[in-house]
Amino acid sequence: MHALKKSLLISLWFMFLTFPIMVIRVNTIEHTVIWRWNNLILIGIGSFVLSLIWPWALRRREASRAKDSTAQAQVHILDRLAANKNILRTVIVALLALFLAIPLLGTTYQTNILISFLLYVILGLGLNIIVGVAGLLFLGHAAFYAIGAYSYALLSQYFGLGFWLALPLGGLIAALAGLALAFPVLRLRGDYLAIVTLGFGEIVRLVLENWSSLTGGPSGVSNIPRPGLMGMQLDVAQANIYVYYIVLVMAMITIVAVARVKDSRIGRALQALREDEIACQAMGIDRVGVKLMAFSLGTAWAGFAGVIFAAKTTFINPASFTFFESAIILSIVVLGGMGSNLGVILGAAFLVLLPEYMRAFSEYRMILFATAMVLMMVFRPQGLIPARGRIYHVDDPDAHSSNGGQA
Amino acid sequence: MDWQYLAELFLGGLTRGSIYALIAIGYTMVYGIIELINFAHGEIYMLGAFTGLIVASVLGILGFPPAQILILAALAAIIYCAGYGYTMEKIAYKPLRGAGRLSPLISAIGMSLFLQNYIILAQTSDFLPFPSLIPEFAFLDPVAHIFGSSNFVIVLTSSVSMAALTVFIKYTKMGKAMRATAQNRKMAMLLGVNADKIISITFLLGSSLAALGGVLIASHVGMVNFAVGFLAGIKAFTAAVLGGIGSIPGAMLGGLFLGLSESFATGYISSDYEDVFAFTLLVVFLIFRPSGIMGKAKVEKV
Repeated sequence: MHALKKSLLISLWFMFLTFPIMVIRVNTIEHTVIWRWNNLILIGIGSFVLSLIWPWALRRREASRAKDSTAQAQVHILDRLAANKNILRTVIVALLALFLAIPLLGTTYQTNILISFLLYVILGLGLNIIVGVAGLLFLGHAAFYAIGAYSYALLSQYFGLGFWLALPLGGLIAALAGLALAFPVLRLRGDYLAIVTLGFGEIVRLVLENWSSLTGGPSGVSNIPRPGLMGMQLDVAQANIYVYYIVLVMAMITIVAVARVKDSRIGRALQALREDEIACQAMGIDRVGVKLMAFSLGTAWAGFAGVIFAAKTTFINPASFTFFESAIILSIVVLGGMGSNLGVILGAAFLVLLPEYMRAFSEYRMILFATAMVLMMVFRPQGLIPARGRIYHVDDPDAHSSNGGQA
Repeated sequence: MDWQYLAELFLGGLTRGSIYALIAIGYTMVYGIIELINFAHGEIYMLGAFTGLIVASVLGILGFPPAQILILAALAAIIYCAGYGYTMEKIAYKPLRGAGRLSPLISAIGMSLFLQNYIILAQTSDFLPFPSLIPEFAFLDPVAHIFGSSNFVIVLTSSVSMAALTVFIKYTKMGKAMRATAQNRKMAMLLGVNADKIISITFLLGSSLAALGGVLIASHVGMVNFAVGFLAGIKAFTAAVLGGIGSIPGAMLGGLFLGLSESFATGYISSDYEDVFAFTLLVVFLIFRPSGIMGKAKVEKV
């Protein structure tokens, strides 16, 4: 009874709070007002229901936290599946076959959606190195995406460079730009770092917008050549399929490379940096070097993705690289699970594919992302698929004790 | 040296700076107490402008005189934005207390995107014209071409509200409790300060000032859309950093400093790079003097 009364009060509060924005709509030219009373009823009912669920969900969160701390780390179902090499191999082969076959079976529209999905996978995995593995909150990823795209566009416009030369160059330029950003921000951490990277991202976009003599200003660069296939002329649909395969290969390279980086010496140094900067330094890890590495490793992938994006759309302008874009990439990483590569891929699938296939909700896409970001942080900060450290098994107990010092 | 041009830039910068200062106070107060960059603060300012616009338009159709409309619209914006700030804290930040620093920040970014899209869906994504409500003052006629009555009202209102805030923080019991919570929350709680209440009040106060800034600037510029909060928020944050985040007089000073330097930079260098200038200033300050003009350098204990 008490809970119902409280919920009633909360729903009244929300009805009051959202009243001017949700109910009144003024036409400022004709000076008429539209009253949308049904919105008020919707808000009232919606907030009543949600306010009943909210405390229950919070209690459940507390309960599950308490359980986590007492119970020993239990084997996750995914771990068990991954441990079985046969199942894992079958799944990978099946997925690969599906992805290889899609452009031949599906329409150009399908291929386009998958290209953008794979681009976001590359971008998300790149950002995951910085945010997830190294724990540096980075809000300017779109800037490096832009740097990659503009490197290809401008190099081909002024020097006639082809796609295959521009692809490594774009990654390199983005990595160098990442280093250039990393040097001054080495001392910053947490929220200050977030703001500086956001500022840097905006600076890049504004420079691209205002340096009209070089970049074409707000109207961007058009007629960027598509990648050529051994001198053959491809029509638009064929070129699209070709780009799809390029981005598929690139995404696979990214997945493998990023997974290798995560389990390598560098990757573990990055994770140490995330857990505690001072302790990490005390362990003899070169903090400066590791941070620079994290930035350049992460931004290089954004550069590659940018080059492919430019080649795919053949037209780029600064409006494609706003803070919104960075926020989407960040939410892919956050929703998927920071530090977890499988999570990032799933996150990209959620954020790119779901809205595409549910056109009815496309208007609500961003507001749902935003809600998911907040709810995820409140109820499941570790993401859809939480990152887990690699488990190393030692078979021989004697070898373990004698090599203990080097492990 | 063109003195009139200089004066024009100075007064323009003063107007801009006082708005930045109004918003920056909200950032700095929240940061001082819970060490969170409230990303959605810029959106509160935008909501203030929208609420003001809606209320002003309805009252305008009902036939109220402009001066009354302005006061009522500003009051409505303040009340509603205080409500939004309060609710936002309860939903998105309070459950995350003690959860590290990354989670609340991402939650704040989510909140900011949410509020922008809330406006897009419930209202519009276009620019809306804001009625010019500030009456022309006769005594400003001789200088009206460089310092109009809207500039005058902005500078006056923001100075008065900042002075009132300073008095509140310095001389009331609640202000004392706020300062105590900012210094050391646990200790303040041990001494009987209700920290949750203080945090709520901080959000209420910060949001009200942002709403006031939103209404004032919207009626000065004459336009609002859902995205104005982002840029204003980042600039106000810059102002807060310039002044030393966590320090209220610092935020005021930082706001004025940013407004003036932006105004001179656009006047004497180039207006194309107006926003780049603010961001560069932010980056340079964070790198070389992260504690700002008024802030104290923090020593980290291991």
